[in-house]
Amino acid sequence: MRVRAQIGMVLNLDKCIGCHTCSVTCKNVWTSRDGVEYAWFNNVETKPGTGYPTDWENQKRWNGGWKRTRSGKLIPRQGSKWRIVANIFANPDLPAIDDYYEPFDFDYEHLANAPEMKAFPTARPRSKITGERIEKIEKGPNWEEILGGEFSKRSKDYNFEGVQKEIYGEYENTFMMYLPRLCEHCLNPACAASCPSGAIYKREEDGIVLIDQEKCRGWRMCVSGCPYKKVYYNWSTGKSEKCTLCYPRIESGNPTVCSETCVGRIRYLGVMLYDADKIEQAANAPSEQQLYDAQLDVFLDPNDPVVIEAARADGVPEEWIKSAQQSPIWKMAMEWKVAFPLHPEYRTLPMVWYIPPLSPIQNAAEAGAIGMDGAMPDVKSLRIPLRYLANMLTAGDEAPIATALERMLAMRSYMRAKTVDGVRDEGIAARVGLSGRVIEDMYKIMALADYEDRFVIPTTHREQVEDAYDLRAGTGFTDCNGCSTGISKGSLFGGSKRPLKMPQEVQ
Amino acid sequence: MNTFLFGIYPYIALSVLFLGSIARYDRDPFTWKTSSSQLLRQRHFAIASILFHVGVLVIFVGHVVGLLTPIWVFDMLHVSHGAKQILAIVAGGIAGVMATIGGGMLLYRRWTDQRIRLTSSFADIAILVLLLAQLLLGLGTVPVSWQHSDGHEMVKFMTWAQMIWTFQPGAADYVAGAALVFKLHIVLGLTIFLLVPFTRLVHIASGIFAPLRYLLLRPGYQIVRSRRSSKLPERSAADINKGRIAAAKRPSAAE
Repeated sequence: MRVRAQIGMVLNLDKCIGCHTCSVTCKNVWTSRDGVEYAWFNNVETKPGTGYPTDWENQKRWNGGWKRTRSGKLIPRQGSKWRIVANIFANPDLPAIDDYYEPFDFDYEHLANAPEMKAFPTARPRSKITGERIEKIEKGPNWEEILGGEFSKRSKDYNFEGVQKEIYGEYENTFMMYLPRLCEHCLNPACAASCPSGAIYKREEDGIVLIDQEKCRGWRMCVSGCPYKKVYYNWSTGKSEKCTLCYPRIESGNPTVCSETCVGRIRYLGVMLYDADKIEQAANAPSEQQLYDAQLDVFLDPNDPVVIEAARADGVPEEWIKSAQQSPIWKMAMEWKVAFPLHPEYRTLPMVWYIPPLSPIQNAAEAGAIGMDGAMPDVKSLRIPLRYLANMLTAGDEAPIATALERMLAMRSYMRAKTVDGVRDEGIAARVGLSGRVIEDMYKIMALADYEDRFVIPTTHREQVEDAYDLRAGTGFTDCNGCSTGISKGSLFGGSKRPLKMPQEVQ
Repeated sequence: MNTFLFGIYPYIALSVLFLGSIARYDRDPFTWKTSSSQLLRQRHFAIASILFHVGVLVIFVGHVVGLLTPIWVFDMLHVSHGAKQILAIVAGGIAGVMATIGGGMLLYRRWTDQRIRLTSSFADIAILVLLLAQLLLGLGTVPVSWQHSDGHEMVKFMTWAQMIWTFQPGAADYVAGAALVFKLHIVLGLTIFLLVPFTRLVHIASGIFAPLRYLLLRPGYQIVRSRRSSKLPERSAADINKGRIAAAKRPSAAE
């Protein structure tokens, strides 16, 4: 057992209103620069749809993530190390910018400066790559917003696998949900595994996956390696970039920008303790349906005294252990089993999890036709097909999704009985394998979602690994070409090496 | 002039190549990159890039081995100078044609595709033009070489390169009598060496060393970085069980 801590995220899709505040605040902070105008470290997709970049979930096309070979070995789906190196001159699995969209801006100035004309002046689009006029915008971020476009195109959605999808094209049967997406900060990141330069790494202390911009050479293998297509090639700097989980904020105990600004209060951040020694085995589970359970098995119970002792021995700070015990992620993923990993079948063991959305009851207008399971509607009669959610969150296994949805329905029934009728109905809770007390806790965290319940983020304990004395007077005048890390590295051209310790690779 | 171009210029070019590259790697690693444009346009990219890179690499290795291997090694292996020259012409010719076609496609793509043209630096285009010119000059030496197929001219170039490499004076004399196309090829080649640290060509070094590290030195696939200064002690299953027993003995620790 090797205990490590990871900042995990849960998104409660039941409450996402698709306002894109997360995407826009993220963009303003991180990707409003040349070369990454097309990149959205966080984006919100309307489902069903093919998403961004188009058809990203279809790994038969993009070869992202991992695969288990016939002999039971786990290798990146785009190929073993040899294959990746052999493709170094031209990456066959790289999406083109048109698979995302050609970034554009509008000639707003023309609106103010146009001479007197017969026609009303318009702001026409212009490419953000070439600066040339774009006559017709073929694609943009969130191109399928609120089921935009024909069903025939949107229904290429990979999650329709095994669903009789034709009927969902009919107006009466249509359904919709939002899927906000960001880097999953996987326990078994395929991007890091694909990098020939070893520029991508996972941080031991909080699990954040980062790209070392000084080591990245622009081979682009991470872009194709990531099954979520959340690594972006910056065509201006020639380096790959990705979501950093706003690590400067996380280190100081603040939530990420996307989480902080979420108006629906759907995002949760907290610590998960995991056993690093179990990762390989879990990612290599024989069948795809076992991967969800296998990942649950990697997480360690922060209340187990053995785990606590091991965590201490492995250098997990006391505050982090305490945060893990109060972690909303632990509660939702492990105790209540209402949150699930996105596409566990990619075998990356993702750490951004999702609570599936409830949806209106199918054919509710037909009175009496509602499938009822006791006092609660049957989850199979919900408008979003169970199989669709299962394809997204559990590699097609419907049972855990059904349980989660039943628990969320039970929470509503229980709280309705409590607040309207003034009755604490333990029967409702018992039917879904919970107790009234647990349901009230669920209600507090999932429905009320106070700030301090959503974000339980311990600060980084730099003092354990750095000597602040070496850092004093470090900021302001630096020698690293405009950046200001406050660190003076030893150099060929004079200057003494400081005893500052930078993160090192763990062997 | 001959002494400068073939006796002194090689040292200038190689010094700039090595010192400049080391300085750039050390001082500005952020700029060390391939500068790939594959994202912006995929059409015809794969075939062009692979032809160019494979061709150039074969030529590069061919030149290094061909020029810097002492001639007595070939004599020992009973490879006649003429046979070595034919091998060089055939292998170099095929690779040269591959690289020229690929490079031509890449230049056409870079020049005509607005997305790539407008995001290219002057150096991106210039270095590609120089490489193509060098490839054409290299192919241009083939007909000249046919005229002296016994390999004595080739041996002169080998002697020149090895004398330069081993710091012996008078190397330039061996090239003095060579055909103009050879001289141009050598001078342009040295100029490209000179320009390496100032262009995207620095990625060649990474292209050689990164895969070697990836394939041979990196255990497994994952990389984890730690701020910890000392390694954690190994822990066996027995230790965990010991911990379990110890924890069971004092349940008060379970808060």
